[in-house]
Amino acid sequence: MAKAEARPARPLSPHLSIFRPYINMVMSIVHRITGSINYGGSALLALWLALSASGREGYDLAQALAASPLGLFVLFGFSWSLIHHACGGIRHFIWDTGAGLTKPSFRFLSWMTIVSSLVITSLVWVIGLIKWGAL
Amino acid sequence: MADYRTALARVRGLGPARAGTDHFWMQRLTAMSNLFLLVFLIFTVIRLAGEPYEVMRAYFASPFVTVLGIAFAISAPTHMRIGMQVIIEDYIHTEGTKLVLMMLNTFFAAAVALTCIVSLIKLSLGA
Repeated sequence: MAKAEARPARPLSPHLSIFRPYINMVMSIVHRITGSINYGGSALLALWLALSASGREGYDLAQALAASPLGLFVLFGFSWSLIHHACGGIRHFIWDTGAGLTKPSFRFLSWMTIVSSLVITSLVWVIGLIKWGAL
Repeated sequence: MADYRTALARVRGLGPARAGTDHFWMQRLTAMSNLFLLVFLIFTVIRLAGEPYEVMRAYFASPFVTVLGIAFAISAPTHMRIGMQVIIEDYIHTEGTKLVLMMLNTFFAAAVALTCIVSLIKLSLGA
């Protein structure tokens, strides 16, 4: 296979920096970014479970870490990332059926992804904070 | 024996690598299960928010919780691994680096899955 540097310098087609960002492309890259965050977050979830399974001290440590300011920040970001990726996934399921592939539906579904992820995350946190006794 | 199927019927759903839709299908299958199991995860985290050790032990002693937990510990890492493989394939074009990252990706997904499964079993059997 030819090495990349052996290729002559050819003009490139317009790329990311040329186009004005529009909602479909932003949601597309956010889907990939939230997927990556969820990937990293799964290690934290595994750590939380392992600490909890290790005994009382482990569980108390895991819960204290989660309830610390940094822990709550990470937990909030992780929860939004999971919920956003789930909403984006539902959008992809709709597209998989062949529906929602017109330009207006594209835009609508992409806007719905970000809006519903923020609404659902807020709801989850209101319920969670009430349960926790902080609200 | 003569094969009476058309050329299209023989290759349909296989792709150029003869197994091209495996990952496509698995990603959608696990996406569906993850969707429901995410609700279970959110419920679990809220259920245990601020609760003492005994409440956590009682919660994870339920076989229902163990089954859902282990299902998630298999479903999510399977989905994660395929997703990260696509990202690696998209951005890494050096063959050696790609190979190493593919291996690490599988090891990471397996480590997360096994850690969760063993922890859930330990909590379930009450060690």
